[in-house]
Amino acid sequence: MTTTSAAPAPLSPETDAAAVRRAISSRSRPAPASRLSTALTFGWRGMLKVKHVPEQLLDVTVTPVMFVLMFTYLFGGAVAGSTAAYLDYILPGVLVMSVLFTTVYSGVALNTDRTKGVVDRFRSLPIWRSAPLVGSLLGDAVRYLIAGVVIITVGVLLGYRPDAGITGAAAALGLVVVFAFGLSWVFTTLGLLLRSPNAVMNAGFMGIFPLTFLSNVFVDPDTLPSLLRAFVDVNPISILATASRGLMEGNAEPGQITVVLGVAVLLTAVFAPLTTRLYSRS
Amino acid sequence: MSTQSDLAIDASGLVKTYGDVRAVDGVDLSVRRGCVYGVLGPNGAGKTTTIRMLATLTRPDAGSARVLGHDIVREGDAVRRLVSLTGQLASVDEDLTGRENLVLIGKLLGVRRAAAKERAAELLDAFGISEAGGRLVKGYSGGMRRRLDIAASIVVTPELMFLDEPTTGLDPRSRNQVWEIVRALVAEGTTILLCTQYLEEADQLADGIAVIDRGTVIAEGTPAQLKASVGGGALTVRLLDPRQRPEAHLLLTRALGAVTLEPDPAALSASCADAGLGSAAVSGLTDAGIRVAGFSLGQPSLDEVFLALTGHPAEQAPAGDEPVRPPDPPEQRPAPRTLEPTEASS
Repeated sequence: MTTTSAAPAPLSPETDAAAVRRAISSRSRPAPASRLSTALTFGWRGMLKVKHVPEQLLDVTVTPVMFVLMFTYLFGGAVAGSTAAYLDYILPGVLVMSVLFTTVYSGVALNTDRTKGVVDRFRSLPIWRSAPLVGSLLGDAVRYLIAGVVIITVGVLLGYRPDAGITGAAAALGLVVVFAFGLSWVFTTLGLLLRSPNAVMNAGFMGIFPLTFLSNVFVDPDTLPSLLRAFVDVNPISILATASRGLMEGNAEPGQITVVLGVAVLLTAVFAPLTTRLYSRS
Repeated sequence: MSTQSDLAIDASGLVKTYGDVRAVDGVDLSVRRGCVYGVLGPNGAGKTTTIRMLATLTRPDAGSARVLGHDIVREGDAVRRLVSLTGQLASVDEDLTGRENLVLIGKLLGVRRAAAKERAAELLDAFGISEAGGRLVKGYSGGMRRRLDIAASIVVTPELMFLDEPTTGLDPRSRNQVWEIVRALVAEGTTILLCTQYLEEADQLADGIAVIDRGTVIAEGTPAQLKASVGGGALTVRLLDPRQRPEAHLLLTRALGAVTLEPDPAALSASCADAGLGSAAVSGLTDAGIRVAGFSLGQPSLDEVFLALTGHPAEQAPAGDEPVRPPDPPEQRPAPRTLEPTEASS
């Protein structure tokens, strides 16, 4: 039971009623933003988060460096006879692996977003329904680029020299980022299907780990048992790694690049609408 | 009587089912433009689900609604262009600063960058958060977060605003600030659909109220009609001298009817819907030489409203917002009560 208050409490000095009324007196409505512009705005949101919490970049900077060093010096002698020879083989492979691992975080981030009220805000805005998703993946693509540049730089410091020079390295990086963009839709779908960010992380790595290891990222598949080899040869991650090596060395086969781009388009075509649908109904 | 075009919200028979639970079980609402309409009910009554359907976040399983003349299912985009939603969870991005949140919304709505920044500054100023504008929302107090949330809803002034329990969990001062903002919005012509658990809040702000329980509207009317139908609140009097209580008992019984003797030997209470009658009764006591230490004239609480309207207390859902009760078979449900307009207390 509450005591009736005689009069409305006076407005606190912090909220200025006149200013509030002024602020809401304008009823002009801007023309709706274009799809591209809303998606880019969501990409900008992702960048702002990196600005506020730069530690977020650890997984795309420190982890890849660790991978390069670990694989080159730990396995190089055993697998390829010398660390220098293995570096030539492993660097494009680590590039592929590190960037693809990062795609899991796109799903984790979406799941985290959904548990907060902010998704309701976005969904109640008159904007393209896929904009929050496309935008955050565009922001993530920047993270993939950062991871890629770090890896290639570390490789060059360790003595790696791509035959096709900087253009070849940039083309390989570009191909990996495009493929990662396609793959990340799988994890955003997962991010909306599972209950917690941790579950997304676990399920994501449970999928991406075997797929990456059962590829030619680390070893030449010639030594593998035939059944395993058959799988490794058709694994799109193998094809991506081979195409990246080819681009860096200047002898890429257009057929492989086409397959990689085709898989990226296919993944996007299937999982982007699925993600959007799940997001709209969350 | 309202014509179609006067209505900001015109919903009929909205139903939303989650598994076996009918969270919203045939809600009808008619809300005129330019007013504050309160939807009053306990946790899990279906308020949030109703708002989510009207704001196009959730698709109704049955029924239909027009919001500002647009169908919520077929013309979702048109609805979203005219409304905004302030959810129960503050719907702002806590990993960004307050200013960035407002600029973000502005840009998404098509405001150019410079203008969006200007608008953000204007709103931060008006809502008393300009100093904290550069800090991450994570560190904001509940009241600041709420105000930012409302500011985000009016970056472009909406025709209709959904406010879902805007003051739950706020201290009284922050609550008053939110109320002031709501009044200012209405004064500038925005229609507001306000969901609340507090009768006092609905009483302070709303022109009309629908009481919702177990997914259906069980009563509708003005706040005054609602309170009157409940039989009003209670007058509680504490005397300076407990020995005067029998005499006070006699006087109050004469003025107000049934009087309860409280466990406190110096206190008495009586049900009393009319503030004038209550204060007259208290003056009667002082005139008779009875020394009054204090008195209060209370409004009926939501619990009392519920008890009076439904015959059962307002149950709280054990956790979360969605209801967990199985629905009543539809044939057992009474039609919504329309409260008599004549007995409104002043």
